[in-house]
Amino acid sequence: MMLVSFLFLPVLAAVILLLIKNNKTAQWTAIIFSGLTLLVALQMLYTPMADFNIAWLPNLNTRFILHADGLSKILILLTAISFPAILWATANNEYKNRNVFLSLLLFTEAGLMGVFLAADGLLFYFFWELALIPIYFLCSIWGGEKRIAITFKFFIYTFLGSLFMLAGILFLNAHSSDHSFLINSFINANLTGGQQITAFALFFIAFAIKMPIFPLHTWQPDAYEQSPTAVTMVMSAVMVKMGLYGILRWLLPLFPVAFMAHTHVVVILSVIGILYASFIAIRQDDIKRLIAYSSIAHIGLMNAALFTHTQIATQGALIQLFSHGINVLGLWIVADIIEQQTGTRSMKEMGGLAKKQPTLAILLVGFALANIALPLTNSFVGEFLMFTGLFQFSPWMAAFAGVSVILAAIYTLNMVQKVAYGAISEKINTMQAPNKGAQAVLIILLIIVLATGVYPQPLFSLTADTLQQLFVK
Amino acid sequence: MGIMKVLVGFIILWPLAGFLFNGLGRNYWSKKVIAYKATGYIVASFIASIFAFIYVQEHGTTTVHYFDFINTATVKIPFDFKVDALSSLFLLVITGVGSLIHLYSTAYMKEEAAPHYARYFSYLNLFIFSMLILVLGDNYVMMFIGWEGVGLCSYLLIGYWFTNGNYNYAAKKAFIMNRIGDLGFLLAIFWLIVKLGSVNYSEVLTAESLSKLSSADITGITLLLFVGAMGKSAQIPLFTWLPDAMAGPTPVSALIHAATMVTAGIYMITRSNLLFSHSELTQNVIAIIGISTALLAATIAIKQNDIKKVLAYSTVSQLGYMFLGLGVGAYSGAVFHVITHAFFKALLFLGAGSVIHAMHHEQDIRKMGGLKSKLPITHLTFLIGCIAIAGVPPFSGFFSKDEILAAAFAKSPIYWVLGVIGAAMTAFYMFRLYTTTFLGKFRGSSDQENHVHESPLAMTLPLILLAIASALAGAIGIPEMMGGHHWLSHNLIPIVGEPIELGLSHSLEWTLMAVSVSIAILALLLAISIYKKKTDEEPLTALGKFLYHKWHIDELYNEGIVQPLNRFAGFLKNVIEKQVIDGAVNGTGKLIQYSARKVRLIQNGQVGYYILFMVFGIILLFMIWFNDISILLFFNKLTKN
Repeated sequence: MMLVSFLFLPVLAAVILLLIKNNKTAQWTAIIFSGLTLLVALQMLYTPMADFNIAWLPNLNTRFILHADGLSKILILLTAISFPAILWATANNEYKNRNVFLSLLLFTEAGLMGVFLAADGLLFYFFWELALIPIYFLCSIWGGEKRIAITFKFFIYTFLGSLFMLAGILFLNAHSSDHSFLINSFINANLTGGQQITAFALFFIAFAIKMPIFPLHTWQPDAYEQSPTAVTMVMSAVMVKMGLYGILRWLLPLFPVAFMAHTHVVVILSVIGILYASFIAIRQDDIKRLIAYSSIAHIGLMNAALFTHTQIATQGALIQLFSHGINVLGLWIVADIIEQQTGTRSMKEMGGLAKKQPTLAILLVGFALANIALPLTNSFVGEFLMFTGLFQFSPWMAAFAGVSVILAAIYTLNMVQKVAYGAISEKINTMQAPNKGAQAVLIILLIIVLATGVYPQPLFSLTADTLQQLFVK
Repeated sequence: MGIMKVLVGFIILWPLAGFLFNGLGRNYWSKKVIAYKATGYIVASFIASIFAFIYVQEHGTTTVHYFDFINTATVKIPFDFKVDALSSLFLLVITGVGSLIHLYSTAYMKEEAAPHYARYFSYLNLFIFSMLILVLGDNYVMMFIGWEGVGLCSYLLIGYWFTNGNYNYAAKKAFIMNRIGDLGFLLAIFWLIVKLGSVNYSEVLTAESLSKLSSADITGITLLLFVGAMGKSAQIPLFTWLPDAMAGPTPVSALIHAATMVTAGIYMITRSNLLFSHSELTQNVIAIIGISTALLAATIAIKQNDIKKVLAYSTVSQLGYMFLGLGVGAYSGAVFHVITHAFFKALLFLGAGSVIHAMHHEQDIRKMGGLKSKLPITHLTFLIGCIAIAGVPPFSGFFSKDEILAAAFAKSPIYWVLGVIGAAMTAFYMFRLYTTTFLGKFRGSSDQENHVHESPLAMTLPLILLAIASALAGAIGIPEMMGGHHWLSHNLIPIVGEPIELGLSHSLEWTLMAVSVSIAILALLLAISIYKKKTDEEPLTALGKFLYHKWHIDELYNEGIVQPLNRFAGFLKNVIEKQVIDGAVNGTGKLIQYSARKVRLIQNGQVGYYILFMVFGIILLFMIWFNDISILLFFNKLTKN
């Protein structure tokens, strides 16, 4: 198989879906095509895939080049796992015009795959937008009550970021020796210190909004809360990784001088953001907002890790890109099952899940423990390495950021206590067993959590080449 | 080597198998199957541990390698286990006492429905598994894996009766307080990796690595490790979770919150003694915190009326003694006290469980009394436990406590004086507990009186075995002064080195011993004479109230730390986030809309247009900024094509 199948399969499915009116057929078409994409992704782990390279808009001197190294592969794997998992777990949710909804989701998948594969600046920008634009529609049409205002904010923010990045791409194109958009030409572009810092800033703003980094984050909890959960899952598990990916793929290799000049500022900002988001998470009653703030804290740690520019923290962040996606997906699915069945997201109205639906409660506790990076769950490995690198960068930063380890335990166990323990609440009492699909997805995800937590070595091997490129020159 | 790989594999995997068997099959097995499996796996692990212990006695330290947990270009953390003189001892205590407590639980928990019975035993098995990883791991990360694992099991078991909100709160408090300590532990591990590039004991705990560390490094690392130990082993200021942890079933209190998990901090420091011995400051901090905790907890124990609370504070206090021992360099003395304490405190908790069982869940000792004749086995074994903890020779607690006190005296007589005062309080509150519970008249309801019964064999057998161990365990450490050989300290030489020479004459040692023992005996006689006739009602004096309310430390933490932080979080959420940051964002948005209208570029309100114009503006800005026409050329090219 070729790398282009990662784009071809989702796009093909997205087009076919537009023609399918039957809800059930549409759902299964989406699941099957995203499942096929997952199979290709699994195959990619064993057999190397050649670059895909054809001409594209020759007048602009840009090419359609796809290239997969370890960084691309781990994120493709995450994307390829996430989509069928999300589609299967939310198969019973009600949507108007389901086929259009699914079609847009699959366009997003294609966009995400493209972002993680593109080795050409303009192509990267094209996929970046391809991933975002369907999301605007998904939020503004299928979202909650406040969707219009929220989508507007989300749109302004991310679109603004994208445009800064476009300006940066054009700027680099102008300064590259062959006036092309190839990443290698960008890397070799001859920039003065000041120019590097300018271009760095243009790219960084786009990535910082996407992740998001404090204080550019306020669009995210609102968007997560108001979007249909399937869309929230895509944004939270995969889409936030676009920003981190951008830092590793573009920012660091293109602007090493500017990058090194800003490590302290960004690390400090990230650490503030980690603590800030963790404190706010403690006071959330809405389970989706709690997960959103928790996720901001976790992403902040990954960003801080990348900006320490230590090999060990970068290694941790590379595998955490994957692990965070799996964990947060599990949490969202549990939250969605509860919301779909009880109609509430307020944890005050929950309680007693462990008595009413023990299996679901056990799964919730499993993902909660992964969320607080308990050893032998996947995120312990990543967080451990990231914190070690942070300590190497600055012991005080590690100590401050380390406080989030305690805060995470507070808000996560609060959630477990309010949702799972105590007497059975009125709302929880109405709950049925979750559908088989959702339960199967949760169990598979939990197995991934434990398997990669006990034996993370395959993830290290997968990303070793990226680390080599970044640190061993 | 090969045989040990198999043996260690069995020791560790049997409890894990039990966890999976009962955890996954909780809805399928009968209670009989659950009980046999859960207990059987631990007994099997115990038997394998005996073989491992014998192997190490003959062949010395053995390390077994399974796979690499983390193996990257920068750091390598193998999944290795080390069986040596120290870990093999802990193995025996954990699986031995663990087996007895599993057996006891089969009867104690029999009122639970089968799925919950299975859940209980699966947690208990998982606890043993985690505890074994903690003591067997060959590096600090493995220790941390076990460390967090036992913390999780403790959390799950404290909150075992999960419909009770207070119990959940206690469970959460335990986990969070432990996490504070864990952060210290983690930072110490990071420090080791950054300085030494390794966390393996065989690489960290060597003279060579000491030479790579500055004295500030050593002090920093050891203090941070000790912060971890404070959390797990309930020392000031992180001790308040342990008394609350009594919300869990009583056998859990015996196993986790008395015999094993809470001694993990002592294990950690003993394991790292090479580092700790090189920091005078850390040693002093440990000794001072240890003795302070011992005294503070003892004063509180004197005024408590809940049978389990008294034992909980007693545990905190005894752990304080162990830390005093570590602080003054008496590592083998501290380990000795871990072992004897595991026997007599497990015994006392299980005895308390037997009483609670007989009294139908009554835990207030003021409503007991006169149980001596009704519960003969429980009474006798409990009495043995009390004598052992009071430090009366020749019972086990005497030997281990005396070893710590003698070393404390050598370091500073003040430690010794304080230690003896603590020992006197210990004897006093234990015999207050004993007398109020077992002697005098029965004070419960007549209904309770009719139903009081001795516990079944599954519960009394562990009591009897632990009583024997509590009485005789001193034999492993009879000092040479008394003509003994002190097997334990010789056994631990590979880990902690030759026993330190205290420089005390034999006559002085005999005198110290005589003084401490006679003070303890006086205190226990005083307690019996006071409480034979009366019980403590609500305290009247200011001091009594202060102790009864546990020095108001919980309230202090709540008012001084928890509430302010909660308010701070609320401030961030409601003011900074909603008004400042989001306000600025929305304000900017409005400003853009407003100015766009003002200049009447476009009035249809389409965001895209605004943005498009903004980006052109930005590009223009850059052109001016860099005086650079290349961008312009690019756009020319765009339009030409």
